[in-house]
Amino acid sequence: MRTTTKIIVALIAIALVAVPVFADPLSDAMAGKYKGTTISMAGPFTDNDAVKFNASMQAFMNRTGIKVEYEGSKEFEASIAIRIDGGNPPDIVDFPQPGLLENFVKKGKVIDLNKVLDMKKVKANYIQSWLDMATMTGPKGKIMAGVWGRVNAKSLVWYPKKEFDAAGYKVPKTWDEMLKLMAQIKKDGDTPWAIGIESGAATGWAATDWIEEMMLRTTSLENYDKWVTGKLKFDSPEVRKAIAAMETIWFADGMVYGGRKAIATTSFGDAPKVMFDTPPKAWLHKQGNFITSFFPNNLVAGVDYDFFYLPGLDPKYGKPALVAGDIYAMFNDRPEVRALMQYFATGASVEGWVRAGGAISPHKDSRLEWYANDVERKVAEVIQNATAVRFDGSDLMPGAVGAGSFWKEMTAYVSGSKTLDQALKAIDASWPK
Amino acid sequence: MKAIRQGGGPGTAATVLVTVILAFIALAWTLPSFGVLVTSFRDSKDIFTSGWWTVFPHEAWMKTGEIAVDPSLDLDGEFEMEGSRADFPTWRTGVETKPGRLLKWYGNKRTRKVEIFEKRWKGFAANLTLENYANVLAAGEIKYKDANGDVISRQGNNFADAVLNSLAVAIPATVIPILIAAFAAYAFAWMEFPGRKITFIIVVGLLVVPLQIALIPVLRDFMKLNLNGTYLAMWLAHTGFGLPLAIYLLFNYISQIPRELLESAFLDGATPFVIFTRLILRLSVPALASFAIFQFLWVWNDYLVALIFLGDKNRVVTSALAAMVGEKGQDWHLLTSGAFLSMILPLAVFFALQRFFVRGLMAGSVKG
Amino acid sequence: MNDGKNRAWTLARLALTLALAVGFLWGGYALLRSYQGSKLLLTLIAVCWGVGSVALLYFVLNEAAEALPRKAKALVLPLVFAGPALVLLFWFLVFPTLRTLVLSFMDATGTGFAGLDNFKFAFTDPVMREGFLNNLLWLVAGTGATVGLGLLIAVLADRSPFENVFKALIFMPMAISFVGASVIWKFMYAYKGEGTNVTDIGLLNAVVVAFGGQAQAWLLLPFWNNFLLILIMVWLQTGYAMVILSSAIKGIPSELLEAARVDGANEIQIFSKVIVPSIVGSIVTVSTTIMIFSLKLFDIVRVMTGGNYGTNVIANEFYMQQFTYGNSGRASAIAIVLLLAIFPVLAYNLKQFSERKAFR
Repeated sequence: MRTTTKIIVALIAIALVAVPVFADPLSDAMAGKYKGTTISMAGPFTDNDAVKFNASMQAFMNRTGIKVEYEGSKEFEASIAIRIDGGNPPDIVDFPQPGLLENFVKKGKVIDLNKVLDMKKVKANYIQSWLDMATMTGPKGKIMAGVWGRVNAKSLVWYPKKEFDAAGYKVPKTWDEMLKLMAQIKKDGDTPWAIGIESGAATGWAATDWIEEMMLRTTSLENYDKWVTGKLKFDSPEVRKAIAAMETIWFADGMVYGGRKAIATTSFGDAPKVMFDTPPKAWLHKQGNFITSFFPNNLVAGVDYDFFYLPGLDPKYGKPALVAGDIYAMFNDRPEVRALMQYFATGASVEGWVRAGGAISPHKDSRLEWYANDVERKVAEVIQNATAVRFDGSDLMPGAVGAGSFWKEMTAYVSGSKTLDQALKAIDASWPK
Repeated sequence: MKAIRQGGGPGTAATVLVTVILAFIALAWTLPSFGVLVTSFRDSKDIFTSGWWTVFPHEAWMKTGEIAVDPSLDLDGEFEMEGSRADFPTWRTGVETKPGRLLKWYGNKRTRKVEIFEKRWKGFAANLTLENYANVLAAGEIKYKDANGDVISRQGNNFADAVLNSLAVAIPATVIPILIAAFAAYAFAWMEFPGRKITFIIVVGLLVVPLQIALIPVLRDFMKLNLNGTYLAMWLAHTGFGLPLAIYLLFNYISQIPRELLESAFLDGATPFVIFTRLILRLSVPALASFAIFQFLWVWNDYLVALIFLGDKNRVVTSALAAMVGEKGQDWHLLTSGAFLSMILPLAVFFALQRFFVRGLMAGSVKG
Repeated sequence: MNDGKNRAWTLARLALTLALAVGFLWGGYALLRSYQGSKLLLTLIAVCWGVGSVALLYFVLNEAAEALPRKAKALVLPLVFAGPALVLLFWFLVFPTLRTLVLSFMDATGTGFAGLDNFKFAFTDPVMREGFLNNLLWLVAGTGATVGLGLLIAVLADRSPFENVFKALIFMPMAISFVGASVIWKFMYAYKGEGTNVTDIGLLNAVVVAFGGQAQAWLLLPFWNNFLLILIMVWLQTGYAMVILSSAIKGIPSELLEAARVDGANEIQIFSKVIVPSIVGSIVTVSTTIMIFSLKLFDIVRVMTGGNYGTNVIANEFYMQQFTYGNSGRASAIAIVLLLAIFPVLAYNLKQFSERKAFR
């Protein structure tokens, strides 16, 4: 008797759940249909980022009456793996690295958004490369694994604007102009660059960012894509050429504050701080737009600091932009969760954060006037104006490379404990077969 | 008294030597923590620009004036100022032109500015602040205005709440494993039962199992039992993970209790339960106390287990601290003050239990 | 007749305690689940309930066992004493270990069979080989230094008038959470580079420079950086060795020491002929636990160097494989290898154990 009751209940439930597939869960939610429900989220946002994220969710919560509980954790990588494998996943998880998400897609733990969201709206709101990067292969074939919520532009060179202008330096437009500027700064008795790649267990990622920038500037996009998917070896002329271009800055005498060894021991977040000493101890720092939150608190965007686009090396390869971002993936299928996922695919979901500063929206329906200041707006424009956008390669590579050997071997190489040859061969050897 | 009884009078050369050696080790041991204590009172920007020891009075070069350099002076190669010749990099690091007078080029060549430094005594740095502690302790969202009037907000911790949660987790998670382990250790040491040896081998072998491998299956069980997020789940988990060490430590102590002591009780017809509660527990107090200290510290400082089995609603101290410190750990000023606040209670536990390490507990019983 | 009455009385008493116990357990659980009032009170109730339940459990089980006939009692009683511990151990550690054993023969996602591939990786990969060598260093240098220093301090403190102060200071690092400790040592080893305008904020470099030396990137020094990391473990764990050994020293009957003094032994002889033999069991215990700790240790390495610059250890590779690379097969194989590596260490303990005689 009880079993039959259960079956009937289950059938009714399926019927109920099946219907909203054809309706739009987001408009239902906005109409207050899911009032009183709670959605759990987990991700790496803590501190300032968590506050900004929660603030940007406030509009959604007020409108729909759905409560969104975000749990940010510093041990995100480990805790999320345990929670998903242990059968207790949060409803939505925010992954800063698509490679990590792919681990779970392969295990078949992630819900295919093609089946639960209004994909016409989603597809209309992103450029194709974002959609491609969200498409991953699970045990049952290709699925849409998530939607992009927030992105970062990486190809930016920050400088202490006030002192920079006072010294009479000019923002370089081309690679050659940048080389001249570097020579000028050196001649004036200073070190041009501030570079640091220390990041605890993730030490080395800042170095891989540089290599990716150089790859985009010294070889074709096809080769970049091949490289990221493992079809082009690390031990290849293309990658060597990119690293050689990086070396002209990194290892040249007097070019980096503190010298080669200090690159490895300086935390990536501390590295830019020397630009804001008076007088500045270094003048240039390449990093994503998120780095501004590591700048000393009292600085004003556009007055104390600004950035320029890291120029292309070879006109042949255009003006590529390296980006990274947060992708939201869905682990529990409930109507209110669908509604929130659909919402994440709209610019409105990140508007609050964009206005507060520190986030760039990847959505087509977001507007430039949302940005908190000119600097942030310019970052958004860099992405818009780029001839090509490519995602941070190490985040796309399999975890064992992109969050493992690539970081580690580059760190070993930069610190001088391995030769380039040894490092490249070791990375190739670690690529999962 | 006890120490004096042993090593001769307090004034003897041996005691002085012992004290000096210990003082030296203790100093070396304390110095790193002391550095952090000082750091926790420093301004967040100072932490990165100077060593913590500079807050103490010391003789340092203090800027007393500056000189504008003649624009026509050629800065390539060596050049002369106040009678000293040196090249630009040397001028930049500073040249002592007269004893007690240091000239140092300011910034790059374009500034044409030289600063004069003189050696002066520097007192306690005034730039010490309690703000780091205030921020750690604050509840709710902290908002403050920076120099430009921009409002900066960060998530506050309900630190007092977190302390209570930590206590609710840590006290039972300390007492329960001790009790369970003491019973088991007694069984292994003094009771005969089939499979005793192989079970003991398993228990000791389990010492090496990294608890990370257990988290996934245990989480599944807790989900099925609807226990996740409760204190009970935390007690069970910490007990399970702490038992191998507890049994191993207590076994080594309980098994060394002189046989004669227990024999007479057995002959008097006491049940094992009575012997355990009346004799064993009393005699093992030092071992129980030392394990209690370790287990309490481990639970108190645990982050991963709490993160997974307790979640975000009943935040413990470590989660509260971790949540406050930025994603990439850049907020050293908050980290250091938080680390000190979270240390207070474990230290209190240590002091409270230290008095159980007393001499002669067993010796006295042999006679009685 | 009287016997039967007694028996009935025992049974009734047993039933009553059992009912009370169940009531206490369930009532407390229900109360905690639904309680909404003050946090402080909740904490108090939770603590009392948790601790009380366990004590009650043993009391009731023992009552039940004691009510059994003599033969059965002899069998059941050890089960009452050791049973709860074994249940928890099997649940939390043994079954997960068996699961890991199975997974170690599976592929990265734990679905396909992989044979011995993961073990091949665990023994031949250069990263793992580096880890084995470093672990050996941790095992020998780390354990030796920790136990040696702990013993020295325990013995010396025993005869110092300021025993408690010194012990508290040495113990202090144990109370520091790991995050705190990592900050402390980052400040110790900090290296800011060379060239113009560099100020050291690391204590070690400041000391070296003050004595006329050259600032070093300490954590990058090949080979020696391992010792700098081991030093952190020694700093953290000496308190543990000291506490255990000190409590063992306190267990040496004063008569023994006094007798030796009367016989004219000097302090060094007393140390080597009386103290060490009396506490050799505790020394083995402490060494074993610290060896195991040093095998399992990964967070110091993870936070300080991320396993770079030749400092990787096996447990860190386990963590990376499990959580960063998502390769449960390799991670499981590493965990199993760790488990096997410890057996030689356990041999001595087990020999001691076999020689024991129990009461019947």
